[in-house]
Amino acid sequence: MNLNIFIQHFINALSLGSLYGLVAVGYTMVYGILRLINFAHGDIFMLGAYFVYFATIVYKLPWAVGVVTAIILTTICGLLVDRIAYKPLREAPRISALISAIGVSFFIENFAVVVFTGMPRPVVQPPILMKPIELSGGVRLIPLGILVPVVSFVLVGALLWLLYRTKPGLAMRAISFDIEATRMMGVSVNKIIALAFGLGSALAAVAGIMWALRYPRVEPFMGMTPGIKAFIAAVFGGIGSVPGAMIGGLILGFVEIMSVAFFPTLSGYKDAFAFLLLIMILLFRPTGLLGEKLEDKI
Amino acid sequence: MESMLKVEKLNVNYGAIHAVRDVSLSINKGEIVTLIGANGAGKSSVIRAIMGLVKAKADEMTYTSPRDNNTVNILGRPAEEHVKLGIALSPEGRRILPQLTVEENLALGAYTRNDAQGIAEDVEYVYSLFPRLKERHRQKGSTLSGGEQQMLAVGRALMSRPDLLMLDEPSLGLAPILVDEVFGIIREINSQGRTILLVEQNAFAALKVAHKAYVLEVGAVGLSGTGAELLNNPKVRAAYLGG
Repeated sequence: MNLNIFIQHFINALSLGSLYGLVAVGYTMVYGILRLINFAHGDIFMLGAYFVYFATIVYKLPWAVGVVTAIILTTICGLLVDRIAYKPLREAPRISALISAIGVSFFIENFAVVVFTGMPRPVVQPPILMKPIELSGGVRLIPLGILVPVVSFVLVGALLWLLYRTKPGLAMRAISFDIEATRMMGVSVNKIIALAFGLGSALAAVAGIMWALRYPRVEPFMGMTPGIKAFIAAVFGGIGSVPGAMIGGLILGFVEIMSVAFFPTLSGYKDAFAFLLLIMILLFRPTGLLGEKLEDKI
Repeated sequence: MESMLKVEKLNVNYGAIHAVRDVSLSINKGEIVTLIGANGAGKSSVIRAIMGLVKAKADEMTYTSPRDNNTVNILGRPAEEHVKLGIALSPEGRRILPQLTVEENLALGAYTRNDAQGIAEDVEYVYSLFPRLKERHRQKGSTLSGGEQQMLAVGRALMSRPDLLMLDEPSLGLAPILVDEVFGIIREINSQGRTILLVEQNAFAALKVAHKAYVLEVGAVGLSGTGAELLNNPKVRAAYLGG
């Protein structure tokens, strides 16, 4: 493999991994606060992709406007899912909310089939993102391949800033340890939970939009596989940890791309590698790479 | 004296368990009032019901804020709104946030406030009460000793600048020398104008600092009086003070 091809694979892995990471962050935030695996998160990602498709291709809005519109609509959907499907179950046993999450996921997917039809629709990529840039040594890069990891890292950086440098972030971290003690300090817990769902959904929307640009198409079940992979990434990185989710996503992206790059005959097994990674981490380090040690979770 | 908190016939049920029966109490501005009683007598349930953390029934549960002399019903009001009224709780078991630093725990205590200057002053005030916390201000809560965690729990409750500070078992699990220190600080906080509701198993220490005391027996008020009266009451001496 020459350097040029390796760089292409590297950029590809970075893009895919940072997209997994961006979705994984949403899983990890909600899990950290509510101990709930939000199975509908992958479908929120799919809605983000559809909204940008309709905004820019059907309604011909400029890309910038379309992207912002799609993020806002997706965030609203994420907040509605919490309000309708999870909030009434806050005091219920955890398994109830989990089943509700599975139900919401099926609902959104099938609702999308009815409303958007099951036919995949092609996404027209803005030419500016696809025009290759020639670097020295004959290396060619597509701007989209750079844009995806840059946007992802900037957003996760902004999220970490919010978590560690602002009052709502402090409340969010506090709630993940002790909801009642945080309420006693005057924090409106439901507002902070809604903030976590809103932020997670906005990031999933961005990931969905970039995914739609990369693969250029949208379809109602497009959130399933990336959703599961991102969930694996969140567990791998240590569920509850935002940096862990990003690192888990990147590792998964690199394993997937590089295994195929170096062992092309195994390309049919690339999804199996993701699950193998999950099984290994669950066996040898159940708290994940950056997961909190259990004794701290009192 | 102006009444601050008035509770009439408070009842708390956990399923079939009637944890608090017809408890009435009143707290006047500037007082230290203590609620003593054996383990399981319902002391914590009373304080948690006042804070809005458990569902309760009562004929009356009102709070008169010394800030504006407005009397409001606090029964059924969510806990987070109590803080804005000027009520704070340092809960049983400390409940500090183990993965947050001392500083962050204190910042969380000031969550409802937006006056950066005043908050910074109050952090210094808490550090002056508990110099150990200043030494450990960047350490995570989980690394503190039991006594330091208790100081942090009290300091965190003070960060909302409460008019009524409720302390649930502040001396639980502390070495005797620290118990004296904690009660000294309770007196000091009170002398600075804060009203205090103190729930304690350590009846002797609590009665010594209290202006008024209630003895809870299996969920109901058995006796009440001034701290000194109860200290000399033969029944209290026999039951809670070891003769």
